[in-house]
Amino acid sequence: MTTDTNTLPLVAGEDPAVLAAGAPDWLAALRRAAIARYDAIGLPGPRTEAWKFTGLNAVKALTPVPAEGVPATELPPAVAALDGPRIEIVNGRLSALPAMPTGVEVVALDDPAAAPEWVRAHLGSIASFETHPFTALNTAQLAGGVAVRIARGAMPEAPIVLSVAQAGGGETATIAHPRVLVVVEEGGSADLVTVFQGSGRYIANPVTEIAVAEGARLGHAVLQAEDAEAFHVSMTALKLAEKSTYDGFVLATGSKLARHEVRAELDGEHIEYAINGVYLGADGQHHDITTFIDHARPHGTSHEMVKGVLTGTARGVFQGKILVRPDAQKTDGFQMNRALLLSRDAEVNSKPELEIYADDVKCSHGATVGELEDDELFYLMARGIPRGRARALLVEAYVQEAIALIGRAPVRDAFAAVASEWLDRHVAGVSGSGE
Amino acid sequence: MALLEIEGLHVEVEGKEILKGIDLVIEPGEVHAIMGPNGSGKSTLSYVLSGREGYEVTAGSIRFDGHDLLEMEADERAVAGIFLAFQYPVELPGVSGMTFLKEAVNARRKAAGEGDIDAMAFLKLVRAKAKGLGITDEMLKRAVNVGFSGGEKKRNEILHMAVLEPKLCVLDETDSGLDIDALKVVSDGVNALRDPARSMLVITHYQRLLNHIEPDKVHVLARGRIRRTGGKELALELEQKGYADFVEAA
Ligand SMILES: Nc1ncnc2c1ncn2[C@@H]1O[C@H](COP(=O)(O)OP(=O)(O)O)[C@@H](O)[C@H]1O
Ligand SMILES: [Mg+2]
Repeated sequence: MTTDTNTLPLVAGEDPAVLAAGAPDWLAALRRAAIARYDAIGLPGPRTEAWKFTGLNAVKALTPVPAEGVPATELPPAVAALDGPRIEIVNGRLSALPAMPTGVEVVALDDPAAAPEWVRAHLGSIASFETHPFTALNTAQLAGGVAVRIARGAMPEAPIVLSVAQAGGGETATIAHPRVLVVVEEGGSADLVTVFQGSGRYIANPVTEIAVAEGARLGHAVLQAEDAEAFHVSMTALKLAEKSTYDGFVLATGSKLARHEVRAELDGEHIEYAINGVYLGADGQHHDITTFIDHARPHGTSHEMVKGVLTGTARGVFQGKILVRPDAQKTDGFQMNRALLLSRDAEVNSKPELEIYADDVKCSHGATVGELEDDELFYLMARGIPRGRARALLVEAYVQEAIALIGRAPVRDAFAAVASEWLDRHVAGVSGSGE
Repeated sequence: MALLEIEGLHVEVEGKEILKGIDLVIEPGEVHAIMGPNGSGKSTLSYVLSGREGYEVTAGSIRFDGHDLLEMEADERAVAGIFLAFQYPVELPGVSGMTFLKEAVNARRKAAGEGDIDAMAFLKLVRAKAKGLGITDEMLKRAVNVGFSGGEKKRNEILHMAVLEPKLCVLDETDSGLDIDALKVVSDGVNALRDPARSMLVITHYQRLLNHIEPDKVHVLARGRIRRTGGKELALELEQKGYADFVEAA
């Protein structure tokens, strides 16, 4: 028994035992298992390998209460301008459900007892809580959230925006455990934009489970724009079937400390998987992007380009593991992690890991950490462009190169605008005093 | 008044003295050529003129059009009218050529107290200049120098120069890596910019460029100093005899 172990210090308000008691058998069993697992593993401590670069002392010091009330948030204008339906989750519960296009079904998880078969088939089965305490905690408290189904062959035109917002506290932090399930059935294709936001001090512990069936496609762009006082620990778990496509992207700009974890099981042949992203950190922000790609079957491709820009004393963490199982011949995996440090006090930890058990695969990975290139900066200045502006142009180009990987044009443009806006605030201003 | 006046210039790079007392005066409208063996400090001189960091001036002065050049940042020098056509133009992934040029034009306008250039007027201006240099719209849309051939990069430098209309053009080995056709295009582009109010400093290793861009004066830079100055016939002499005399003389 290690001294790191904490027992449910983050659970406040609804007692998971009580929750489990009132639920139908299948859900009560799931919650009980999650509670037991959480009790056993506790929160990660300094010796937990998976969390060695992301310390949780600041989180553990909080005694949060359940999130209530209305968060003071607004979607970034570029995202709000996307002309798709908007689903809203506030404090972990579905709060707004607009009319959905044909072929798209949305149900609230508030009463998981009434969950249809497609929810029961997947809920809790994709995001494993065996080794992940925050996922265990989320599952233990599973009561709110939303499930989205793209029916067989359905192709809603406009991106669906899923806004996940939380009202934080002033002195006392709040906590919420939003739960999202997305099921894309055979041959379906959709685009989902998830936006995490909130106001004040809080811990957001969302879990998103995604199942993409045979021949189906999901474009999924996540914007993590939580309050600067917030802690965000999220899990996105994916199960992909044969010939499916997942085009994933994360843009992380918010939180005091954030971990965005994505685990994908490529459980079929000819899967095309992408998990690209950009994290932008200023002041004392801490961004952690942790991904796991499990190539289980042959002919899969995975593409992962994660770029970070850090100013002030911001810190970036990238942990990317690619597992190629013996059966996954002809796997084509690309992983690149790059970070741009704009201040001497910014720092990055990069831990790429390739574990390959098949012999006929093509996998590459790399990492670069650096400052802006002097020769590039000089070239711009030698044409008359002032230093601050030159830096801003170069950083913008660096970031937009990654954002250009978002497949769906309107989503790409919206994310480009959000990133530009951040850079205008944090790079153009700071850079005036370049030397 | 001379446009450029370099006096007793000594420059160190990483603690090593590269320029060891350069004196050079260029009047408005004059074209000067600097020739010299590899490693003699030609590019160093071009970088010191344009304000690159890492070049420490330990003695001497540079006056340019009434400014104390050494007190100015690279961007201020560019706005004041100094232009360097790079020996190795830099690739800027993700920065479109048009954005780059527009930023450069607007920086000058801002310094002159003018507003940003009108988008249509800018496009027209660039297209007109690009045409003569054989630069296509497609090239203009691409990221600066990314995927350009050596010749395309050099033509792109001349395009920048034509659009920005500097007072002093410093051309660092603009002829290197060009075939004879490209050399002609680039030289025509440079000659089109010759003007009684505009001076040029043409750095080259070979005499051939000077057949196309005729200099008023030719200087030989070797071992950190100007060892000889003459008319354009000096270039021909160097072409025949090489730099052996200057390299060996210790
Ligand atoms: N950044 C640098 N660091 C160290 N040495 C340099 C640097 N740049 C130039 N030098 C040295 O300065 C000398 C002159 O170089 P350069 O000006 O490039 O010559 P040229 O252009 O005439 O060939 C050479 O000996 C070169 O090695
Ligand atoms: Mg040189």
